[in-house]
Amino acid sequence: MDQVISTYSQIKPFQIRVNGRLEYDDKNFITFAEFIKPFFKRLNLGYPKFYKMDSLSKLGFIAAELVLRQVNLDLFDNKRVGIVLANRSSSMDIDLVHQESINDRSHYFPSPSVFVYTLPNIMIGEICIKHRLKGENTFLISEKFDSRLLFDYVNELFQHHRVDACLTGWVELLKEQFEALLMFVEPAGKAVSEEKAGMMIPFSEEAMDELYKTM
Amino acid sequence: MLPVYIASDNIITSLGNTTTRNMEALKAGRIGISIHTDPLLFPSPLPLSLVDTGLVEEQFQAILEHHQKKIDPGDFTRLEKLLIISIHEAICKLSYNFMSRKTLFVLSTTKGNIELLEARYQGRFPHRRIFLWEMARIVGDFFGFVHPPLIISNACISGIMALLTAFRYLRSGNFDHAIVSGGDILTEFVISGFQSFQSLSPTPCRPYDAGRDGLSLGEGAGTMVLTTRMENKPANHVRVTGTATSNDANHISGPSRTGEELSFAILNAMLEAGLSARDIGFINAHGTATPFNDEMESKAIVLAGLTEVPVNSFKGFWGHTLGAAGLIESVAAIHSLQEQQLIRSAGFESLGVPEPIHVIVNNEEKQMKSCLKTASGFGGCNAAIVFEKV
Repeated sequence: MDQVISTYSQIKPFQIRVNGRLEYDDKNFITFAEFIKPFFKRLNLGYPKFYKMDSLSKLGFIAAELVLRQVNLDLFDNKRVGIVLANRSSSMDIDLVHQESINDRSHYFPSPSVFVYTLPNIMIGEICIKHRLKGENTFLISEKFDSRLLFDYVNELFQHHRVDACLTGWVELLKEQFEALLMFVEPAGKAVSEEKAGMMIPFSEEAMDELYKTM
Repeated sequence: MLPVYIASDNIITSLGNTTTRNMEALKAGRIGISIHTDPLLFPSPLPLSLVDTGLVEEQFQAILEHHQKKIDPGDFTRLEKLLIISIHEAICKLSYNFMSRKTLFVLSTTKGNIELLEARYQGRFPHRRIFLWEMARIVGDFFGFVHPPLIISNACISGIMALLTAFRYLRSGNFDHAIVSGGDILTEFVISGFQSFQSLSPTPCRPYDAGRDGLSLGEGAGTMVLTTRMENKPANHVRVTGTATSNDANHISGPSRTGEELSFAILNAMLEAGLSARDIGFINAHGTATPFNDEMESKAIVLAGLTEVPVNSFKGFWGHTLGAAGLIESVAAIHSLQEQQLIRSAGFESLGVPEPIHVIVNNEEKQMKSCLKTASGFGGCNAAIVFEKV
């Protein structure tokens, strides 16, 4: 059975879109932190762990929240919902913070709460914890958004029946440059409301390229 | 689906720069972890498993000459040199032409060239060299791989994930061959981070032992060449037959309390391989020697119905080699399988995990047709892979 992108989110400075619809737009922000905090509060999640996350995880967490709140996850076995994400800079944004903390031996203050985020897949862990997802998960690195890389990886998981659904996309953040495109991919025709059925986008490289371009 | 064979491999650790040397050292019980005093790595002495830099430089020079490349060795970072040496050693054992449009290059690492952030490297390399895709490109271009590298950075399961990704791409016929390589080096960045977690043992680590008190860090590189082409399979060959990953969805820096998630990754990999518990000759587990990791693994092994299967961890020999660990340890596991030899779990004396797993105490010959390799890491990730001797 073919897969569709049933819902998606797009985040860039300083705009947030869900399924193409503008959710948040304010040109007055200067930093990612200023931009994301009021939006997180508006989501009313009551999830204080968010404040402990590094910026990359915050970006991925919000992008995932916006996608997964559109999905009835109860319809899926949580061991069979995968997450396949990619980016360009790995965890470099927080790597620089950790390096700063050890550069000077007289001001040597490495912190476990910073160091733990110096791996890009921690963001996957944060999303899994929030949404109780336990399936196949992978973090890939590519110089640019690579729809083929994501398509091949995710498609293989569906072809070999390793997942019933998969959250996939691109979450990149480095020094105030950021962009996220997350998509929920599921088999066409599975438990989809009539109303949503018309919005389904066939899961393909071309569709992902189009969504990335229209960010 | 096409069968995926392991055609060749290499390991570089503190115990040597070839698979043969490493296997000899494991069988002889030689420990590569020793106290190092290097202020560039850490302010005080620490047990570490380090690759001999003199040997690396010498071997890299020889490889440049072999490939008739007139390049300054100083143009490559330490990790790039390790990866190039490891890939070179693995591919020079091949008797067939593995280079084509259908050759995949998969690279796994956690921190890549992270040392370039240190003040002493400022200006030595182009800025972009810090990015994993650039490091992978440099290594891939050295050998002239046509396809852009596929890069996995998924904490301590990166190495197994690189292997299982290559397996999945090969079996569907998208590629004929895969060069799968993983590496990480020890830097002040990594050591200071683990030390801040207070997860480092003051002595060589003791996986599963009652007295274990943390991990030992190591560095190294490992490479495996996979092929689907029957005519290329070596004598006494091993196949990859099952793979799976999972996530604990519990904590970003601590393992699952129940081991359930690692256990279903194990069961999914066994299911894919079509094997049951009695088919598994041994488990080469992650075994970092942190209290919680080893405890979780013991629960997962029992939950998966593998209580009776012998278990070892190689980390007591060469420490935790991070993004290389899954590859290095898989290579050693398949050689144990080929040689029908169980290798003792270094540092282990008495069982210190809650479930009654069977940790290997003495080297022993055993008739076996398959083995299981597992890993778990930060972010709650787990991976399992099954190797079968055909």
